[in-house]
Amino acid sequence: MTLQLEIPTNEVVELSDVEKKQIDALLQETLYVSGASIDALKIIQNHRGWVSNASLLALSKYINLPLADLDSVATFYNLIFRQPVGKHVLHPCDGISCDLMGGKKIRQCLKKQLKINNGETTRDNLFTLLPLPCLGACDKAPVMIANKQLFELLEEKSLPSILNHLQQEHAK
Amino acid sequence: MSHSVHAPNNPLTRFITQDENCWQLNQYQMQGGYDGLKRALTVSGPAVLDEIKESNLRGRGGAGFPTGLKWSFVPQGDDAPHPKYMIVNADEMEPGAYKDRLLLEKTPHQIIEGLIIGGYTLDADIGYIFIRGDYYTAIKHIEIALKECYDNNLLGKNILGSAFNFEIHIHTSAGRYICGEETALINSLEGKRANPRAKPPFPQVAGLWGKPTIVNNVETYCNLPHIINFGASWFKSLGRFKDAGTKIFGVSGRVKTPGLWELPMGTPIGEIIDNYAGGMCDGYKLKGFLPGGGSTDFLLEKHFDTPMDYDEIGKQKSRMGTGTIIILDDKYCPVAMVLNLVKFFAQESCGWCTPCREGLPWAQVLLEKIEQGKGELSDIKQLEDLCKFAAPGNTFCALAPGAVEPLQSALIYFRDDFELHISQKSCPYCSEAYSEDINDQ
Repeated sequence: MTLQLEIPTNEVVELSDVEKKQIDALLQETLYVSGASIDALKIIQNHRGWVSNASLLALSKYINLPLADLDSVATFYNLIFRQPVGKHVLHPCDGISCDLMGGKKIRQCLKKQLKINNGETTRDNLFTLLPLPCLGACDKAPVMIANKQLFELLEEKSLPSILNHLQQEHAK
Repeated sequence: MSHSVHAPNNPLTRFITQDENCWQLNQYQMQGGYDGLKRALTVSGPAVLDEIKESNLRGRGGAGFPTGLKWSFVPQGDDAPHPKYMIVNADEMEPGAYKDRLLLEKTPHQIIEGLIIGGYTLDADIGYIFIRGDYYTAIKHIEIALKECYDNNLLGKNILGSAFNFEIHIHTSAGRYICGEETALINSLEGKRANPRAKPPFPQVAGLWGKPTIVNNVETYCNLPHIINFGASWFKSLGRFKDAGTKIFGVSGRVKTPGLWELPMGTPIGEIIDNYAGGMCDGYKLKGFLPGGGSTDFLLEKHFDTPMDYDEIGKQKSRMGTGTIIILDDKYCPVAMVLNLVKFFAQESCGWCTPCREGLPWAQVLLEKIEQGKGELSDIKQLEDLCKFAAPGNTFCALAPGAVEPLQSALIYFRDDFELHISQKSCPYCSEAYSEDINDQ
């Protein structure tokens, strides 16, 4: 039996051909369909920026896994976004090694500059602020990940140029 | 088994050079990479297992379980179920731990060689590298390294002309600390929520998809090629105390030269902090330290002579954990430090069992109260009770017992600080650690 979630009726999502092709490739590799579920969610997120209820439903139908199972997985992991995010997701580290070296000030400063709180997105849709625990670069603390890049030895005064740099990457 | 004579004293990091391409196959092979695999393929799997057992290698992920013993529980012989799985746990997310990233980025082939040797030893069929999703460079290097292996007959059918077949897949984690627990990791690979499983059955007998499965840390696998190449007695001779081999140690916090170093097992803690990390930064004094990442008990300067050896650190009521030391300086609030850690573990708890799901958030509430100057003396007693409720044996996995280790030791060593917060109704360290809204929203 498939449990139905409350899905907004006006929103229907069809998986794109590219998404289907990539998910098919995953299914080729796995012994059991459920083994592909996390990677399939990532494929959808790669193409759409986040995983909406409607795209969850579309995936559920396409790979024939219960919607509730997929939703339980999608809501468990930190890097599957169940809300829209901005172009760049900023992950300042809030692990203890960064905090010992002033990480908290860095996070405060980011909030002030972007005028958003943790988990929020700027109005221009450019930045989402989502602190992550220990990013594994503790000897270079404080650190932040953005755009698959690791920014090390952060200082408050270096933040504007980093944000600028990211903004320009977006403009390209 | 015969062994190479030119044995190094820094096996794990000897491949890391100034050359930024030192991680690639040709460079690795030029320095003797895959010699361990070649040597392993000349003898039987059980003979390799004997050598690993003889070496006294203990798991480098934190628990320190003897690797050879762990592996010996995997069913062998013609009746054994297949496929058998070998998994590298590269989901490094322990607060203050960053040693696996170095090995993943700089020596991907060392990990892969260890994994193939492991597969050969236990007659396994499929390997997985379960890697943290945020480790972008490491993922890229592992992916390229795997391709190099397939192109050079180091993976696939009839590896290096032998009868052994083995394939390796990479899984990038969607991010959750609990995925580092081996049965939670297996659930995650099966596409489920990463809740730990009840044991028994142990993964060695019924793990991934119900088949025999081994999960070991990155650094554990890295040791295998060298043990096979240079022999168990060489490996044991590397340690300065009882434990065998070398280990990647690290120090973070207010020290002069934070970093990572490969040193003999049993190197005294004080030597690592003073000689390698350069001692404390000017203007800062050492107040205490966590010897092996965020889920180990605090130790003090009086423990500097203790060797980094699993049992010796255990005698001091802490754990070697990941071997990455986190320094608490005299200007950072110990309550704030413990709060940061408890908050992390509360957030990363999978929510499966009660002491963890309910206990850790409640400990966070009490610590926030104390840090804000709103605490009462009875809160300290309650925190002590919560530590007992989350003790080993009361929980499904090791997350909650580890989570309360810094807290329970801080309540002993830094009790004055907790009481001062309560009596003066504010944080005595306020400026540095906690100047803003406590919830960091």
